[in-house]
Amino acid sequence: MSASSSASPSAAATAAADRPALAARRGRSPFRMLVANRTLLLMCFPAIAFFVIFSYLPMPGLYLAFIQYNYTDGIFHSPFVHWQNFRFLVMTGDLWRLTFNTIAYNLVFILLGNAVQIAVAIFLNELRSRWFKKVAQSLMFLPYFMSFVLIGLIAYNILSYDYGLLNGFLKAIGADPVKTYSNPHIWPFIIVITFLWQSTGYGSIVYFAAVMGLDSEIVEASQIDGANALQRIRYIVLPWLKPTFIILLLFSLGGVLRGNFGLFYNLVGANNTSLYATTDIIETYVFRSLMTNFNFSMGSAVSLYQSVFGFFVVLSANWLVKRLSPENSLF
Amino acid sequence: MFKERTAIRVDGSTVFVRVVGYGVIGFFALACLLPFLLVIGTSLTSERSIARHGFNLWPREFSTFAYKIVFQNPDLIIGSYYVTIGITAVGTIAGLFIVAMTGYALQRPDFHYRNRISFFIYFTTLFSGGLVPFYLLVNQYLALKDNYLAVLLPGLMSPFLIIMMKSFVRSIPHAITESAKIDGAGDFRIFLRLILPMTTPALATIGLFIAIGYWNEWYNAMLFLSPNMKYRTLQLFLYTVVTSADYVKNSSAASNVPLRDLPLESMKMATAVVATGPVILLYPFVQRFFIKGITVGAVKG
Repeated sequence: MSASSSASPSAAATAAADRPALAARRGRSPFRMLVANRTLLLMCFPAIAFFVIFSYLPMPGLYLAFIQYNYTDGIFHSPFVHWQNFRFLVMTGDLWRLTFNTIAYNLVFILLGNAVQIAVAIFLNELRSRWFKKVAQSLMFLPYFMSFVLIGLIAYNILSYDYGLLNGFLKAIGADPVKTYSNPHIWPFIIVITFLWQSTGYGSIVYFAAVMGLDSEIVEASQIDGANALQRIRYIVLPWLKPTFIILLLFSLGGVLRGNFGLFYNLVGANNTSLYATTDIIETYVFRSLMTNFNFSMGSAVSLYQSVFGFFVVLSANWLVKRLSPENSLF
Repeated sequence: MFKERTAIRVDGSTVFVRVVGYGVIGFFALACLLPFLLVIGTSLTSERSIARHGFNLWPREFSTFAYKIVFQNPDLIIGSYYVTIGITAVGTIAGLFIVAMTGYALQRPDFHYRNRISFFIYFTTLFSGGLVPFYLLVNQYLALKDNYLAVLLPGLMSPFLIIMMKSFVRSIPHAITESAKIDGAGDFRIFLRLILPMTTPALATIGLFIAIGYWNEWYNAMLFLSPNMKYRTLQLFLYTVVTSADYVKNSSAASNVPLRDLPLESMKMATAVVATGPVILLYPFVQRFFIKGITVGAVKG
């Protein structure tokens, strides 16, 4: 690339917009294009190799979903069973439970999460003490940096039947202690609260930046017109955040079938079967089928279902983004 | 004069919003801090007090016994620290370099293949082979079982980080690249000598994202590093201490403290403090880089 440009310095100096024309002048032969871009291609090579190995090579492995994998026969000689694994997943009700749990949790995460993030961003913006704002933002951001192992341990600190803070409190006020780790009905609340606790500081940063981008003249004008703080939030700040919200919403809806393995696994524990009804998501099921049950085919069947279903969800979400704000669409 | 007065006029609803705001934000900020203090408090509480009163923010009966036990047999912690520090250092430097290089190349308007390669990378977030094929690949076909590379390599980069880098590089005028090329510099040299020094804030942000990923790594370690390995990553070590009875038995034997006298609960918390400490200490200095990165990276590249 450098050789060819130094040969035609005047062309290289033209603006970026003229680049296609320049390329055309140089000739359209694919080989010459390859040579012309060789350094930049080489610079991309490590990343390309990375994604080929760790993302693309496993994809054909989803063939496992259609066989009865056993270790001795390996991938290529295990019996082919068509859709039997999927039929089993549907018949046992596992697939429905996993889909429901994964989607329901994610919807709550997305909707409640964004609502809380927006509220925090707006409140932060209304506060006057810079010192307080800075410290509060740093503290709210802190849980995002902690490993899920530690978060699981913190949850145990609070929820443990014998020693937990929660039961200590309940005993102190004379109430009966709760057996959290064997009661599936409390877990949706625990998981959602932990999620909000961990992710709000992180998520609100985007909204906070958006609020800060609001033109101060508009705000001042509204104050001169006599709008009070609530009216300002209702009629200026919230509408201003709406596009950001819609875009973030649609992006996260694209991932509605992907669960947060670390969160669920460390909170619930590896083998707590009594909680599966309300806490088992696709990721934890696949993990168990790999590490505990050694049922590789069943795990792959669920993964394939997740990827295909999720792919169409992303396409639909992107189609919506494209219609609402074309410049934000992914492809 | 009039303008100034309206700007600072504080009506009832403003006061209301501020009071609620200070309350809500203050409460939430405290809620984010207290759990960590709870872990520290519990780690400093005597086991007898825990058995009687449960976990408490403030130790009722102060004791450093748990730390004594943890440090009496420090071999595993120190080993895990070395492993995690090594993986974090090597992985962050290598990953950062590759992410920066790729992000720059993909942002060059005159790079013919930029859209195709961008999509090639982005597609991996849309469709994936899932855990089982990934596991078989790393474990059997790449033969990285019980090899630290199995933890190091998958954490090097992510499409998200490359997109973030692209957004950062976009703020550097292309004219800089152009003029350097007129002066006869090659693409890699331009990247190394001109672009890289200009993107230090971006590199700090992305580097911290990669580093925190490695520091908190337990998932790949759990998948690929079997218990046969003496030293695994720090967080996986913590996970083992929290969940497995074997570790407790070993430390009982090593410290000559009978099993029933071992401060089981406070030991878990003490290990957590020891494993998390450096992050908490570094946190105040590094968090602003993250805030900047998220603001830039959140907008799609």
